[in-house]
Formats: sequence, C-alpha cells, structure tokens
Amino acid sequence: MTTPAPNTSATISVLVENEAGVLARVIGLFSGRGYNIDSLTVAPVDDGRGRSRINIVTSGTEMVIEQIKAQLDRLVPVHRVSDLTREGPHIAREMALIKVCSTGNDRAEALRLADAFRARVVDATTGSFVFEMTGSTEKLDAFVELMRPLGLAEVSRTGVAAIARGTRVI
Amino acid sequence: MSQTLAAPAIPPAADLQSGAEVLLRALKDQGVEVIFGYPGGSVLPIYDAIFQQNAIRHILVRHEQAAVHAAEGYARSTGKVGVVLVTSGPGATNAVTGLVDALMDSIPVVCLTGQVPTHLIGNDAFQEADTTGITRPATKHNYLVKKSEDLARIVHEAFYVARSGRPGPVVIDLPKDILIGKAPYQAIPETPHRSYRPATDPDPAQIARAVAAMKAAKRPIVYFGGGVINAGAAGALTRFVRKTGFPCTGTLMGLGAYPSNDPQFLGMLGMHGTYEANLSMHGCDVMLNVGARFDDRVTGRLNAFSPGSTKIHVDIDPSSINKNVRVDIPVIGDAGVVLEALIAAWDAHPAPSDTQSVAAWWRQIAEWRGIDCLKFTQTQGRGDTIKPQYAVQRLYDITRELGRETFISTEVGQHQMWAAQYFRFDQPNHWMTSGGLGTMGYGLPAAMGVQIAHPDALVIDIAGEASILMNIQEMATLAQYRLPVKVFILNNQYMGMVRQWQELLHGGRYSESYSEALPDFVRLAEAFHGVGMRAESVDQLDDVIRAMIASPKAVIADICVDQKENCFPMIPSGAAHNEMILGAGHNQRAASITDEGLVLV
Repeated sequence: MTTPAPNTSATISVLVENEAGVLARVIGLFSGRGYNIDSLTVAPVDDGRGRSRINIVTSGTEMVIEQIKAQLDRLVPVHRVSDLTREGPHIAREMALIKVCSTGNDRAEALRLADAFRARVVDATTGSFVFEMTGSTEKLDAFVELMRPLGLAEVSRTGVAAIARGTRVI
Repeated sequence: MSQTLAAPAIPPAADLQSGAEVLLRALKDQGVEVIFGYPGGSVLPIYDAIFQQNAIRHILVRHEQAAVHAAEGYARSTGKVGVVLVTSGPGATNAVTGLVDALMDSIPVVCLTGQVPTHLIGNDAFQEADTTGITRPATKHNYLVKKSEDLARIVHEAFYVARSGRPGPVVIDLPKDILIGKAPYQAIPETPHRSYRPATDPDPAQIARAVAAMKAAKRPIVYFGGGVINAGAAGALTRFVRKTGFPCTGTLMGLGAYPSNDPQFLGMLGMHGTYEANLSMHGCDVMLNVGARFDDRVTGRLNAFSPGSTKIHVDIDPSSINKNVRVDIPVIGDAGVVLEALIAAWDAHPAPSDTQSVAAWWRQIAEWRGIDCLKFTQTQGRGDTIKPQYAVQRLYDITRELGRETFISTEVGQHQMWAAQYFRFDQPNHWMTSGGLGTMGYGLPAAMGVQIAHPDALVIDIAGEASILMNIQEMATLAQYRLPVKVFILNNQYMGMVRQWQELLHGGRYSESYSEALPDFVRLAEAFHGVGMRAESVDQLDDVIRAMIASPKAVIADICVDQKENCFPMIPSGAAHNEMILGAGHNQRAASITDEGLVLV
C-alpha cells in the first residue's frame, strides 16, 4: 500500500445567495461526503445584493480539499469559492466569551492573565468573570487552556471569520 | 444585475392567473409536452388546470417512483427534460429513488411536488413531508415556492438548472395555497443566471496539451461515458476516434455513443467489460476520458488502475476531475465543444501521430480480442436449456434483421450486463439503464417513457424475474395508454447477480436469493390486458421473440434460462483490470479476492 497522503487544513470562504436552505446544502454536502468541518460561520454580508458569506475551516488531503472546493462551487446558489489558505496570505479571527467561576488567588490570577491576553471583562460578579476575547483560533485555545485550572466554567465561541490580506477580494 | 432580482412589476388583475395556471403556462413555454404523474390532495389545483387545457399530456402512472423513471426514459431517448408531477408527503417520498437515480446518471428531470399550504408547513399536517429537506441530497437543486410572484421564475430556473452543465433532477415544492392563489406570469428570462453558469468552452491551452500527448501516444485509448450522450456529441466522438485511428471503449452509460459494430470499438469496459477493453485500459500510455467519471465499476482497484498512463479527462463538472483518479490533463467543458476543439487541434498540430507504435498496439489488442471473452456455448438440441447470453443475442439479431428502430431498457442485475454485452448499439439515446444507482424496477417505467416519446418504435425492457416485480404495476399504465412495450424476462429464478456473488464470494450459501413463489408471468400479462408468452427451451426461443415483436400489444415474454449461468468476464471487487476472471471454457484461474475486496459491493 502507498502511504496515505497527509491531512492539511484549509480556510474556505464561500459567497452564497442569501436564501432558505443554502446553509443546509453546504452542511449536507460535508456530512454526505464525509468531509470534516472544524469551524463554520455564516452571516449576511451587507453588499445590498442579498448575499451571505460562509467561512469554513476544514481539513483533508490535498485531493479532498480540491474536491470540497469543486463540490461547493457547483451548488446552484454559490457565487464564489475562495480558498484563503492557498490563494495567498489571509487573516482569520474568532471571538469567544469565556466564563470563569473562582475566588481568591485563582480569581486574581485569571484576571491577570486576561489582562496579559488583552481579554475584556464584559461581566463580573463576586464569584465569576465573563471575558470577551478576539484573536486567532490558537490564541483563544491557549487562553482557554490557561483558564481551565482557574475555574473555567463555560466557553462560547463564534467560529472563524476570515478575509484575504491586501487588495484581493473574494 | 439579472432581472430576477428586480422587483417584478405587478400586472393588472386581469393578467393574474391561478398559480396552477401560471405553472402550466411556464411548462408550456419550456416546451413540455408530457408530464408523468399521480394526483393527490395537494396537487388537485394543478390537475384541475391540466383538465382544462390540451397542450400538455398527462400520463397517469401507478407509482410515483415509476413516474420519475418514465420521465428519465423520456429524457434519455429525446434529449429533452423529463417532467414529473406528484403529490405531497408519500407522493414525494416515493419519488426519491427515481430522483437519486437521475442524479447519479445525470438525467435532466423536473419534479413538481405538492406541499401542504404554507401556513401549515412544519405542523405535521396530513400528507406533509419535508420534501426539500429529504430531496436536498437527492437532487441537483430544489426549490420551495413560498411566494406567488416567485413561481414562474422558479419554474424557468428549474428547467435551466436541470439541463445545464451536468444535467440532473430538480424538485419544485409547491404549497397548495400558492397553486390556488393568483400569481403573475414571467417569461423565460434572457439574462444569465445570477450564480449558476457552468463553463462549456475548454481552455485552449489544455486542448493543446491533450493533443500533444495524444500525438505522441504509442498505446492510446479513448474511454467515453454518458456525458458524450448528454452533450449530443456522439457524432463528434465518432469522427475524432476515426480520425485518430485509436481504439475506444465505453462505459455502461456511454453505450451507443460510438457504433458498437465498428472495429475500433473494443466493447464495454469495467467490472463486466471485455478482456480487450480492460487490458487496453491497463496497458495504455495515453488515456482520453470523455464524459465518464472513473466510477468504481470501471476502475477496479484504484491503486492498480492503468498504471503509468497519461490521463486526459474531459468533463463538464469540475468536481469529477481528480475525484477518484488523479489526472494529468483536465479539460473542463462540454463534451461536444471539447471534441470539436480536439478535432481542430489534431488537424492543426504539425506532428504526425506515431502510427507505427499504434499499429503494434492494435496487434496486441487483436491478440487479446482473440481470447473471445464473450464466447459461450449454446447447444441446439430439442428441449435444450436457453443460455441467457444466447437469448439476448437472438433478440439483437432478430431486431436487427427486422430493421425497426429499437430502444432497449433494462432492470438491474445479470440480465443488464448481458444486455450491455450482447446487444450492440449503433446510435446514442437508444439504451436506457440505471448505471449509477443500480435501481431494480427501472426498466419497465423507463421503457414506458421511451414508448410515449417514440410511439412507433420497438421498445424492449430486458428484465430479470426479480427486478420486474419491483414496478410490475406499470403494466396497467401500458394497458391504459396502449403502449406496446415488450418485457423480455431472462428468468433464471434467482436474483442472479446476488446468486453469482454468493457463489463466488460467500461459499455458495444462496441466502435469500432464490425467487420463491414467482407469479405465472404469462397469466400476469393477461391479467394486465397484455399478451404473455414463454420460451422454455432453445427451439422455442426465436418463435417467441418474433411473436413478441409482432404483437401490437404490451407483451411479457418469459424466457426460462439456465439458472446457473454467471456473468463473465468479471473483475472481482478489489481486483485490478489485469486480474479479470473469464468464464467457463476459458483456461484461467480466478483472481483471489482479498478481505478488502469483500467489503466492496
């Protein structure tokens, strides 16, 4: 047997017609064909033309990533498919709300770390903080791990929004 | 911007018709002549509108699955879009198998499904099903019409989507209130679709690369599929193959795209393809794939598929490229446009082709052909058992001798493979079979659809005794519309392909594959107002075939064939092209089937 091809990650942005069922089509494509979804975000993008943008972080072999793009592109309501990972440098960000419930030293340490990570306190009680944090997936992961021994109670994340650097547009 | 996004001007009230009337008007403008359907509560307004017009004919089937297969047969034999009309809930769910069949085989179908009124959607109303949810992975695209002003636009768009690019089935879900309420009509838009615009013209650089590779080829092969037929490109394919002098082979879906009796045609390839076709695929140095998709029935074990060849893949669907097999020169475009470009570039290319090497390649192919992989032994004594291959061969010989235009459909299984091997097609659009999905019960309704489109032609469903029972109710439709479809059953009293795999792969344990308690097909035909006949031995075969063809009515011909006959040659699952098994009388040992192969179907 030949050795299996290595998996790589890809951040794909898809410009779609903002109509009922379009997200189900995209998700169904991934589940029906056995592709991974590591993160998915969708929202209307206000260009006055009734379009939404879906950002998908996926992983697979090069051949699978190419398949995913071709399969997305042939969906009828899809306008554009852009592989941000392969088409040039891009920025990917997500936002998280992180609830930490602790007292005493742990609480003080959580606040110090939040400050170092430039997380904002958006809610506080005597027994809890909710931090708001924006950044790369890796940065958010690192912060969440640091909070774990300090009373991490709950995490809510948006998933990745991504865009190409420079003048290039989808 | 496309006009579809502009707010539609509201016409004066006099111009407003009911949604059902607008629907029929849109269908008529799309050139629809026939609808295959079955009524029900939620589509009654459409049936009422159908009753009040004469432009569109409605064919009442006996099961919604059959409506879709009939529309597929109609579409495949005419090149038009087939149209289906079914009610909500069970009507729509029954149609799903047909829709997936059309999706897998890239057949243009528009399926209109009824739906409960918009205010009841989501309330688990009577005969409600989430049709767009259920059919999303079963169609190329689907629509739920929520506003009357969208109706006409959606119908036109559905036809465009069904027939453009890689064709496929499209569902339009129609809530009953939309059908009853007034709706404005919109003509067929002239502006391009806002997002779906598949490319048909190939990149000239890729054409040049493809021709350069083919000019240098020493052991070339052309491998064509159903895409050539969908593109109406059989003529261009034939010209190209003859011009190059290359050997060619076709998939199950492609049969008829190149004349089967031509010496450059090596027969069908794949699991039950010919020895010469498969070995040529294995040993070639340049492969041109036009409109086929490297299906697993064709490639066998992927990592042993045609090692060392330069692969050129022509397909209108970019997602077909590099899906199963890594290709060297992808050419995205319509098969007809691409073939014309290849012909022009071949003529313009300065280098001569390597005729000496190609001649040597032909000598090698002639040696493989000498094996005569499709040979079988039919004894001709009185009372001797009919070999199924012989039955198909005689059917072919007699229809050819009579010279009538003949269409063949099949069900799925051994008989389907024997039909593909022994019935030879010289024209496209005359062969309808369920290739991708492998739907038993496809052949009879598909033949019905063909006969509707070609009332004077001879339409034969080559069937098995198990498959035919899956949509046998359509015999009543044949009777109602006096459709003289011939059902030619190769009756071996087994689900033959299941039995064959059980013999070869499961130690001869024939679990549940015996066709117990079969009906008497002669009397069954008579019960459905048709003609039944039977051939029990080889001396009766020709007479039965001739009587069947001569009958002006629907006929079931029950051909009792050898129960133990297997379909050969065969590439066992998980094996490579050069590991094929030949039939009895050929001196070759079976390839061993690996565990990995056993999990494949």
